[in-house]
Amino acid sequence: MRRLTVPISDEEIRSLHVGDTVYLNGVIMTGRDAAHKFMIEHFIRQAPTPEEQPLHDELKRVLDGGVIYHCGPVVKKHEDGSWSFVAAGPTTSIREEVYQADVIRYFNLKGVIGKGGMAGRTLKACQEQPAVYFHAIGGAASLIAQSVKEVVAVHKLDFGVPEAMWVIRVEDFPVVVTMDSHGQSIHDKVQEASKAKFEELLAA
Amino acid sequence: MTEFNSFDLTENLVELVRRAATILPADMEGALSKATKKEDANSAAEGALNTILDNVKMARENSTPICQDTGTPIFEIFYPLGVSTRKVADQIRDAVAIATERSYLRPNAVDSLTGQNSGDNTGIDFPTMHFHEWDEDHIHVDLLLKGGGCENVSTQYKLPNGGLGAGRDLEGVRRVVLDSVYQAQGKGCAPGVLGVAIGGDRGASYIKSKEQLFRKLEDTNPVPELAELEERILEEGNELGIGPMGFGGKTTLLGVKIGALHRLPASYFVSIAYMCWANRRASMDVTLTDDNVEVQYA
Repeated sequence: MRRLTVPISDEEIRSLHVGDTVYLNGVIMTGRDAAHKFMIEHFIRQAPTPEEQPLHDELKRVLDGGVIYHCGPVVKKHEDGSWSFVAAGPTTSIREEVYQADVIRYFNLKGVIGKGGMAGRTLKACQEQPAVYFHAIGGAASLIAQSVKEVVAVHKLDFGVPEAMWVIRVEDFPVVVTMDSHGQSIHDKVQEASKAKFEELLAA
Repeated sequence: MTEFNSFDLTENLVELVRRAATILPADMEGALSKATKKEDANSAAEGALNTILDNVKMARENSTPICQDTGTPIFEIFYPLGVSTRKVADQIRDAVAIATERSYLRPNAVDSLTGQNSGDNTGIDFPTMHFHEWDEDHIHVDLLLKGGGCENVSTQYKLPNGGLGAGRDLEGVRRVVLDSVYQAQGKGCAPGVLGVAIGGDRGASYIKSKEQLFRKLEDTNPVPELAELEERILEEGNELGIGPMGFGGKTTLLGVKIGALHRLPASYFVSIAYMCWANRRASMDVTLTDDNVEVQYA
């Protein structure tokens, strides 16, 4: 069992290989479809407006050496105005493939957590950065929510609860490395092997 | 004389939603448990299944959602003559809003034009409801929470399909269904359950494919050739080796359920509703007594 704390160093990232189980600790941020589109259009393709500069700087700080989590949680708001996570499994990552490589580079991300894996552009960014793709267990939402110890902040809540950017502190968040910084992807391997078997079944 | 229309079933419907969101049906949990033993010791596949089972237990004990994507709530309502379906529909809409407030459901209804989340799981044709009048004297409600990840890998084929060598027969159906499993890889949160419909127009075919997901894993299709095809696809789907979460492994599918509809001479559709391992279904029966209603959940 391997424990890592955010921010994660390049050496630690390079030491990870596909198949490794890791327990993540520290402050990470959720971001899915609307968040990725927003970061690209408002911060990466153009300079932030004066009104959005504080949010830009805050994300730069939170994500530097950090981890983004593809997740749209179920949350609970308490009477004192604070929030907690009730259910928080990963969402399908491939929808962010068009954005992810640029987001990794711009914010100096060291990891992306999601499910289902990602494709070539992200894998290449992981090699260069370096960074890795951490696979969380899809649907294991109650269990993962238990590892979210604190909601530190929420940004762009006007995107709706699932699409907002939730800054959270996690303890021993269980993930598996399925794309590493050495160009390896479990997803590519499984796809190739299943393709061969599929063709065999059709030929029979 | 008492009648259904004078009772408010909203709180009972909230309880139905809570059960669907937080308690995985016993047949699904049993199948996941059995699958764990088939995977290699200390493999990523075994680890994923164990995490899933721990999560199922935790969700049930804490009454929290099994999966944060509580999906599209799909209600199938069977009712006797005389029940106001409009009233029941209003109560269902109220119930999902209350269930959202209580964090059993994630706010999941987004305006397609503005991108605004309604915040309470109600919207245009949201939640989904299908009403069926029947001869029984009680009301029966089935609920399925159909997540978005697996909905995105659900698909429809038009036969014949030259690329897959699929003609307009059950062998053609087998070929396209296996293709859908291959295409989905782990993205639909494998191990999944397939609801398949053969025939119909495109719309009816998709609805029929989802209805199959209400069937228990251990049931047997009354049509022998479909029963045989279900078993074969289940076996061959697992031979693909995609495994839990697409990590590779022996368990890719937990069930295959197939139904057939009449079709136009010109059309032969095969629809596949891919359901994630969190196949969240629940039902309730409402029976009239002398001066009240009795509600049972399953």
